[in-house]
Amino acid sequence: MTNITAILKKEFRSYFNSPIAYIFITFFLGISAWLFFRGFFLVNQAEMRGFFGLMPWIFLFFIPAVTMKLWAEEKKLGTVEILMTLPLRDYEVVIGKFLASFALLTVTVFLSLVLPLSVMYLGNPDGGTLIGGYIGLLLMGGAYISVGLFASTLTENQIIAFIFGITACFVLLIIGEDIVLFNAPNWLFPIFSYLGLGAHYSSILRGVLDSRDIIYYLSLIGFFLYLSTLSVESRKWR
Amino acid sequence: MIEVRELTKSYGPTVAVDHVSFDAHAGEVLGFLGPNGAGKTTTMRILTCYLSADAGSATVAGYDVFEESVEVRKQIGYLPESAPLYADMGVIEYLNFMTQVRNLPKSQRKDRIRAVIDICGLEDVIQKDIGELSKGYRQRVGLAQSLIHDPPILILDEPTSGLDPSQIIEIRNLIKNIGQEKLVLFSTHILPEVSATCTRILIINNGKIVANGTPEELSSQAKGEDIVHIAIRGSQEAIEAQLNELDFVSQWSRVDTDNGIVGYQIHAAQESDAAEALFHVVVKNGWSLTELRQESVDLEDVFLNLTDKEQI
Repeated sequence: MTNITAILKKEFRSYFNSPIAYIFITFFLGISAWLFFRGFFLVNQAEMRGFFGLMPWIFLFFIPAVTMKLWAEEKKLGTVEILMTLPLRDYEVVIGKFLASFALLTVTVFLSLVLPLSVMYLGNPDGGTLIGGYIGLLLMGGAYISVGLFASTLTENQIIAFIFGITACFVLLIIGEDIVLFNAPNWLFPIFSYLGLGAHYSSILRGVLDSRDIIYYLSLIGFFLYLSTLSVESRKWR
Repeated sequence: MIEVRELTKSYGPTVAVDHVSFDAHAGEVLGFLGPNGAGKTTTMRILTCYLSADAGSATVAGYDVFEESVEVRKQIGYLPESAPLYADMGVIEYLNFMTQVRNLPKSQRKDRIRAVIDICGLEDVIQKDIGELSKGYRQRVGLAQSLIHDPPILILDEPTSGLDPSQIIEIRNLIKNIGQEKLVLFSTHILPEVSATCTRILIINNGKIVANGTPEELSSQAKGEDIVHIAIRGSQEAIEAQLNELDFVSQWSRVDTDNGIVGYQIHAAQESDAAEALFHVVVKNGWSLTELRQESVDLEDVFLNLTDKEQI
């Protein structure tokens, strides 16, 4: 556990040692506020459905940008050689890096609480959907991070890691959508509709915290962290 | 402390390490010498558990590098080639991170950081970010990192590359000091480095170990012959006829001819006092001597011999 914490702290600080964290937070808050208020005044209702509805698409670009460096940069600079010859288990490093990105995401999402606060000032939104929405946001973000982290283990080029990350998240997001499901072969229908990230997110958004959705997200995260560990270990495969 | 048996590793069709076996013990400074691409780095990466081998075994301080890799890594301080460090971290921040991942008790962390700063001479740069440091200082921070947990075994990949001459001497002295109690294994392709620092040399070429011994052993092994450079003013035919008659001369070659002065390189049996004997021959024949110089075969020749032969 102390090993994971050490990696977490190092990666989290490195976000703030470089401009990444500040740029991420500023642009994320700016863009989401603009998108939020644009729709908000049009609909003229004190609710945040529009905001939450946009988040899967905003995360799609922002999160791979945060995760792309996690492994690719270490490989490029060669620092991975010191890191992986420290007495750490591979999964400890993977989890530590995941948690660092997740912590950055949590900070950002926390700062975006300004939006619901202003909604509360203007009207009386439903508390349940708000809490559900934020939990859904973190779970979805976590899933994206684990996918992006995996993409980063595959290459030493950050741009490639970024594009891999976006593509994988995009596929995961849309395979549950109606248009894909209707065109998919019948036997794939239940698999796609379960794996699709969007459906699970929207059911949380409705304020229904179903354990199945939570299990879905957690197992998705676990699965991609496992894949990342395998990918990191693959340098030692005989 | 390190036992390597028949270690083999290939990258596709290229065999990087080819049935390498050697032992190393505490108190030794082991120099890994070889041309670029000989397999030094790969061997070190296997010993530090960064890569695995295709075949063979290696144990470090009694732990198997494949089965008990975390234990092995605890015993080793490792500085990879060109000291890859996190440029965006401060020097202290970085060393502090290392004390955490090395699981040093909280109470010792400050002291250890202090100690490696003193050992590696980092006092002047502790306020800086690693990205701002010169190559030499970066190398020293890398060394500090490898020493932070006071490991019994230190593995350094080309620790002096890119340093200026005075820094090289500092690092060499440092390695010598550390090597008095610990095992230091370091690689280099610079010859004077090993004779200056090592208690034992492993010469590796094309993935194979071609020589293993103390610097003295290796140069005396290859000796057997002295080389005499001589330049004589006299008749070329007479001189060469005379050279063919001398029994201590095993081989000679004419190097140059210039205004009646002929230069030769003569291989002579060792300890035959060839230079002195040649002097008497010259005097006896009434020639005059313009140059006479004897040299013995040194480490450089051993190295060139061993690595050339393999390539042909």
